[in-house]
Amino acid sequence: MEQTIKETIRYPKKLLGVNPNDAKVSLAYLSVAFISLLIGGLLGLVQGLERAGLIELPSWLNYYQVLTAHGLLLLVVFTATFTVGYQFANLSHSFGGLLPKVRTLAWVGFYLMIIGVGMVVTMIVLNEASVLYTFYPPLAAHPIFYVGLVFVVLGIWACCLGVFINYRHWRKNHPGQVTPLLAFFAMGVFVLWFFASIGVTIEVLTLIPWSMGLVETTNVMVARTLFWWFGHTLVNIWYLVATSAWYVIVPKIIGGRHFSDKLIRLVVILLVILNIPGGFHHQIIDPAISQSIKFLHVFMSLSIAVPSLMTAFAMFAVFERTGRKLGGKGWLGWLKKLPWGDVRFLAPMMAMLAFIPGGAGGIVNTSNQLNQVIHNTMWVVGHFHITVGISVVLTFFGICYWLVPYLSKRKLTPKMNKLGVIQTIIWTVGMMLMSTSMHIVGLMGDPRRTSDTTYGGHEVAASWIPYEMVFAIAATLLLIGVIIQVYAVFHMMFLSPKGQTEFPVAEPEEHAPVAPLWTERWGLWTVLLLAVIAMAYVVPIVDMIMNAPPGSPPIRTW
Amino acid sequence: MNRLEELWLTVSVGILVIFMFIIGYQTFALGMGPPSHKETIDPQQVDQIEPFDEPGLKMLGDKQYEVVMILQAFAFTPSHIEIPIGSEVEFTMTSKDVTHGFQIPGTNINAMVMPGHIQKISHTFNEPGEYLVVCNEYCGIGHQAMSTTITVK
Repeated sequence: MEQTIKETIRYPKKLLGVNPNDAKVSLAYLSVAFISLLIGGLLGLVQGLERAGLIELPSWLNYYQVLTAHGLLLLVVFTATFTVGYQFANLSHSFGGLLPKVRTLAWVGFYLMIIGVGMVVTMIVLNEASVLYTFYPPLAAHPIFYVGLVFVVLGIWACCLGVFINYRHWRKNHPGQVTPLLAFFAMGVFVLWFFASIGVTIEVLTLIPWSMGLVETTNVMVARTLFWWFGHTLVNIWYLVATSAWYVIVPKIIGGRHFSDKLIRLVVILLVILNIPGGFHHQIIDPAISQSIKFLHVFMSLSIAVPSLMTAFAMFAVFERTGRKLGGKGWLGWLKKLPWGDVRFLAPMMAMLAFIPGGAGGIVNTSNQLNQVIHNTMWVVGHFHITVGISVVLTFFGICYWLVPYLSKRKLTPKMNKLGVIQTIIWTVGMMLMSTSMHIVGLMGDPRRTSDTTYGGHEVAASWIPYEMVFAIAATLLLIGVIIQVYAVFHMMFLSPKGQTEFPVAEPEEHAPVAPLWTERWGLWTVLLLAVIAMAYVVPIVDMIMNAPPGSPPIRTW
Repeated sequence: MNRLEELWLTVSVGILVIFMFIIGYQTFALGMGPPSHKETIDPQQVDQIEPFDEPGLKMLGDKQYEVVMILQAFAFTPSHIEIPIGSEVEFTMTSKDVTHGFQIPGTNINAMVMPGHIQKISHTFNEPGEYLVVCNEYCGIGHQAMSTTITVK
């Protein structure tokens, strides 16, 4: 294993490289990402311990404040800043540097997000916004909470705009060529991000005057629907970011070639077009949406499984092909040839393996009757701790071990690699313990988002307690994992020995056909995306507005 | 695309289609669809509007009941109801304030109850016992205390 690392380091591929000014952008975003991971992770442990009844929070801090902060810091701040940091490095590398105005936009986005997060976090700390990650009205937070969210969205839009400008510029200067794969992924990520955030932006803009008392009431069903337009798509944005590493980075690390260029681009296009209506499966047991509309949405949600199934096939094909090329024999001998001791492979590999049960659980969640069994139980929390917590986050962690030293012009030392392997194992064990116990206890009816589930000692509630003890143990392991990861990232950023690290980008198979130019028709993909949104949303939203009940005033119940 | 890949995708998409047929059959032929009631109500006038002006357990026929229930932070009205074993119960619910959830662990009863909307869900209680009823959507600082029981005997 150590040999593979040495080899790749000794012969860094002379690609275009990330421009040093662009590296600063990425490092700034990654620093914010890992600081929020540290705080968010710590809050996760606090929750685990409180829920298990092992600690009692002081009077000035309540469980729902902690939960709101944990959700927003990890689901919004950590993932968004990591994604921008990583995707802009990919773009800079693929395009030979960002345009100066795009770099400026990335910095504008950075400061807008910092201001926004500052406002949001302040309101949560002051207990003015204990509304959780979903902030369903008529729970009404302080107006500054919503204004902060607007700043975060504006920051993301600045980055989207930057990506679109740079993409257009490159295409204009390279007529007849398809963009490098990583840049194609970046386009997919930011197109999806832009259209995903429109739903929640409309929601938040209606909530600001309402929370200030300028408007008396709001339509809670419409707000909820607009939230999930964004809320579920966000999950798939992270997933698309993770798959960019699976398809393009991992094959290079194991010494192989990437899968068919055309299929990869097709997966990106499908994920972008089909994604947004998936949000409706969060509303399967809501009133005010008819069963036939819900059935249509089961279909639309399940269709997202198709590109994921294509990914599963492609990745294992790459693994087998590479393992056999390296001398693996027999049915499974190729597995042994994979570099299990290289954290840059091990972490994303664990992430991919976790997506098999994670994806299956997702199919349960999207299906009418099955959803009714598990809706708002700990099952759902278990589901996103395996999908986001392992499949996405462990891929992100794995990326750090080459991206951070590459950007800071340092080396991934064998010692750091070993620490990364240990971190991956702790993380996988912790998350599996947490997620498995959450799935089981969810089937037994344990509700999510509840500080204490003893319910006066009722026997049903008592049967959940042993599983909640497992959450606490798992949360402890995970915090150890977070501390190691944050240490590793900042060590590689500032302290590791100077040197060169490879930016591992896989090449196509020899004689593989070049991807067709029609895959670059982003205008058309956008039209199709909007058509799918229209199919999914026009009928229910018009119905919710036309047949709306009198609205709800802002209410504070905490 | 190679042959194995075509086979993989055909089989997996085929499974998804079969899955859709089963869900559709259960929803539309067997009436097992998720709670999706579409009536609305003024959330600020719940106490004055029928049937919520008189929440409680109502007998509709032999072993058939309706429970008219108001959810509010942090209580169910009525609470601690008792019904005879084998009864089919339809819950008619709405919220007076924020979004709540209505869940009875150990059964398939699970529905979102939102202000402005009336939600309905039915269940036949064939097993005796004291069922725990919980609110499963965060509704405020006392959310963890929002529970009641249904006794079936």
